[in-house]
Amino acid sequence: MAHKHRELLIDPLVDNNPITLQVLGICSALAVTSSLQVAFVMALAVTAVTAFASMFISMLRNHIPGSIRIIVQMVIIASLVILVDQILKAFAYEISKTLSVFVGLIITNCIVMGRAEAFAMKNPPVASFMDGIGNGLGYGLILMLVGVVRELLGAGSLFGITILETVNNGGWYVPNGLLLLPPSAFFVIGLLIWAFRAWKPQQVEEREYKIQTVEAH
Amino acid sequence: MADQSPSSEAPKGFLRKFQDLPTDSIPKTLFVAVTLCLFASMIVSIAAVSLRPIQEENKLRDKRINILQVAGVYDPSQNVREAFQAFEPQVLDLTTGKFTDDFDAATFDDRAASKNPELSRSLTDDPAGIGRQSNFKTIYLLRTDDGAIDKVILPVHGYGLWSTLYGFIALEADGNDIFGLQFYQHAETPGLGAEVDNPRWKALWSGKKLRDENGDLQITVDKSAPAAGIEYHVDAIAGATLTSRGVDNLVKFWMGKEGYATFLSNLQAGEV
Repeated sequence: MAHKHRELLIDPLVDNNPITLQVLGICSALAVTSSLQVAFVMALAVTAVTAFASMFISMLRNHIPGSIRIIVQMVIIASLVILVDQILKAFAYEISKTLSVFVGLIITNCIVMGRAEAFAMKNPPVASFMDGIGNGLGYGLILMLVGVVRELLGAGSLFGITILETVNNGGWYVPNGLLLLPPSAFFVIGLLIWAFRAWKPQQVEEREYKIQTVEAH
Repeated sequence: MADQSPSSEAPKGFLRKFQDLPTDSIPKTLFVAVTLCLFASMIVSIAAVSLRPIQEENKLRDKRINILQVAGVYDPSQNVREAFQAFEPQVLDLTTGKFTDDFDAATFDDRAASKNPELSRSLTDDPAGIGRQSNFKTIYLLRTDDGAIDKVILPVHGYGLWSTLYGFIALEADGNDIFGLQFYQHAETPGLGAEVDNPRWKALWSGKKLRDENGDLQITVDKSAPAAGIEYHVDAIAGATLTSRGVDNLVKFWMGKEGYATFLSNLQAGEV
């Protein structure tokens, strides 16, 4: 059992990563990765919400009617997200100001719903909790990787600490403004997916089409 | 499906009865939906109500820090509440340009007032994009040791690119020299529009003037200096044209006749 739980934690980090393999939760990964600090808090928030949502849904799984199961999951997830938002506003006001609307948007993060529907509805609470933590960490890992690239090259700093002195502040580094804009996360995530699949070729999906040669007449 | 009819065994508790119903039956579905909603709303409201005082405290503290910063007297090691005692809040009637005692300056909320039809008006000429404007604003006075006005801190707000920027502008006692401008709430693009928070850009405002000798409002945020001279010009932020334009509009609006112009001329005449 302990072995299985460890697997549930480790597996989503690389082998079954929610962003790079399942390509879920991209929207918030684009939005919150321009600074590492924000990405870090967002990763923690998503991890907490996924873990507890999976746990509660799993506890109720034998009593959730099939006809309203998505709504039941949404109610549980939404309540947890509001809870996280309120706690951030009370105890981490500065960060909640920069995260603004994105905490609320965890509700629509496909990772949370995905784990609830695919795992928590069929597995016991402890395993679901572990699975939630694992997927949250997998999401967080990618967020941090993207955040490092974007903040370092876009603003010349990491966690707000200046690494490359920018020209604006009298240094030498000309920051790449594109990396501060959401679309740049597409490129970075795309490159990450490429790197992951080059490292683990079994992640490469099979083509849905086949190139056919038309015979010349 | 046999136990869908009420059981004739020993009387069960109300909850147990529902619990034992088949999961997909209609009564069970309704029961699950209602109970879950009640439970979830209870948790959410308990959290919201119990955390509200801390959140309000945070907001107030943040606003006060910004007032201290824009007046140039912020010291992180200092207690914010104590440092803020140096400021004298006053509710200003924008139409007369005089202070009013109708409201308690410590608690008056001009954002709430701008939604109250009796205390506000809707704007037809609205360059700052704020819709409705409160007729009353809470402003803060910083006095020197002998009681003379040293600086006035005026709240301003207006629309940038994505969001309404809320901030303060600090003026010297002559009502014309700018000491500083700072925004405490906005959602502009990080790295571009959000550079309104860049200390180097904020420092540009210090020492600029609002009006020329003829009393015409000349201050502008633009790419190039206007004919009036560089003492009326703040360089726009590179890559943030629309946010810069928003700041330009909101400063012009609030310093103009719809905003604090009447108060500022009173201040210059020494009638405050």
